[in-house]
Amino acid sequence: MIGAVRLRDLVVAHGQRPAVHHLSGEFAPGSMTAVVGPNGAGKSSLLRAIAGLHAPSHGGIETSGAIALLPQAAAIDRAFPISCLDVVMLGLWAECGAFRAVGRAGRARAVAALASVGLDGFAGRPVGSLSAGQLQRVLFARLLVQDAPVILLDEPFNAVDAATTADLLRQLELWHGQGRTIVAVLHDLDLVRAHFPQTLLLAREPIAWGATADVLTAANRLRARGMSEGWDAEAEACRQAA
Amino acid sequence: MIGDDAGALGLLWGPFAEFGFMRRALVGCIALALSGPALGVFLVLRRMSLTADVIAHGMLPGVAIGFLVGGLSVTAMSFGGLVAGLVVVVGAGALSRATGGREDSTLAGLYLVALALGVAIVSTAGGAVDLTRLLFGSVLGVDDPALLLMAGTAAVTLAWLALAWRPLVLECFDPGHAAATGARGGLWHLSFLGLLTLNVIAAAQAMGTLMAVGLMMLPAAAARFWARSVGGMVYAAVGFAIAAAVAGLLLSFHADLPSGSAIVLCAGGIWAVSMLLGTVDGLLPKLLARRRHLTG
Repeated sequence: MIGAVRLRDLVVAHGQRPAVHHLSGEFAPGSMTAVVGPNGAGKSSLLRAIAGLHAPSHGGIETSGAIALLPQAAAIDRAFPISCLDVVMLGLWAECGAFRAVGRAGRARAVAALASVGLDGFAGRPVGSLSAGQLQRVLFARLLVQDAPVILLDEPFNAVDAATTADLLRQLELWHGQGRTIVAVLHDLDLVRAHFPQTLLLAREPIAWGATADVLTAANRLRARGMSEGWDAEAEACRQAA
Repeated sequence: MIGDDAGALGLLWGPFAEFGFMRRALVGCIALALSGPALGVFLVLRRMSLTADVIAHGMLPGVAIGFLVGGLSVTAMSFGGLVAGLVVVVGAGALSRATGGREDSTLAGLYLVALALGVAIVSTAGGAVDLTRLLFGSVLGVDDPALLLMAGTAAVTLAWLALAWRPLVLECFDPGHAAATGARGGLWHLSFLGLLTLNVIAAAQAMGTLMAVGLMMLPAAAARFWARSVGGMVYAAVGFAIAAAVAGLLLSFHADLPSGSAIVLCAGGIWAVSMLLGTVDGLLPKLLARRRHLTG
């Protein structure tokens, strides 16, 4: 079914150290899931693996349909001399590739996307002149243009003010209403409780995955904190499911 | 010696009218000025400004071995340089990934060793004259094969740029998005490094291996102070490079300087003026603008 992401005993490692350790489960089509957990819990690694940027060292990922990824804002070079419109039109890559012309229709879609994230008239502005919140709006416009059934977002509301967060959340809920699968790495648990029906609590190992209220219990959060701080210098090779 | 029509015009045009080797150097350098700075702009944008330098130093052992085998033959030296340059720049990336070290220190290590090795090889076989010419360039070095190499390199680079423009910009600006959308950024980057090496080798024919990079990087660095788009930067860089090439060849002729250092000095002058006066983040406009601000 379009929009499903299935994880089967997934291990994502940097070198030999696992960032995500034996994770199985499914982001159901049309679900809206927050991925929470302490720093270094493997949340970004999980998104990167699903997007195909990082090969799993064990297990597998089954996806159906195109995947759009919103990277952490820090990964973007804001000094780069490129206009907002060009950034949004990069979202047309799946359709135009390296060589085909974008065309009038594609251009119009990009302009409309900018308008719908509240950046009317920003088409010609260089990204270097934007605030952090405006840049995030531009990247949301690029997601709009990508029009993918699965949308992955890595800390989309970092360094973004309350008004922008509210606008962008509205866009997320719009996508949710259209039946797209949404997976977002987040830190603000109140925001997760208010807007995300599903939650995956990750601390390298999956701690809990399901309805947000059942996952974000005090006991689960304590467990997550305990596991993430354990760094065993003498760790043996993992024999689980080997 | 300059001719009857002396005066300013004679100084500017005389050397080219009178001497075939100056005309060949001019055509060759203008060809290089069309392609090299465009690659330089992408290096500046990727914060890889030193990579071209590393290639220029790193290719020296290859050039030297080519020199040992074939004498001052463009084909032998260029082939040797191409192989050695690619080994250094691709090898440094692979080596730093494999050992977990930082790429810049690996590059620095490799190119220092390569430079020393190249100088040692040339010294055992040739004389000091050959070494000076290899390192700093001589307009006399631009013979027909060299001119063909320069013009051919420029033609191939420009054609490739027309094809690779969009993936290059994407790979520069947001490599994560490039990878996620299957744009094969790595493949484009590899071909970019190959053409970069070719451009450095072609430039070395007229400017010497140590100076070859100057015509590529200085105009690109200067262009940053005048343009707010990648395309604008490339146009500005190419314009600056052509001006630097013409002025540098004249300076080299009249002041009897090595052509490489004369061209690089002219490009450096353009860069300095751009830093001072450039409309984008230039020092002087910035100082003036501080006193005024817009109304909203």
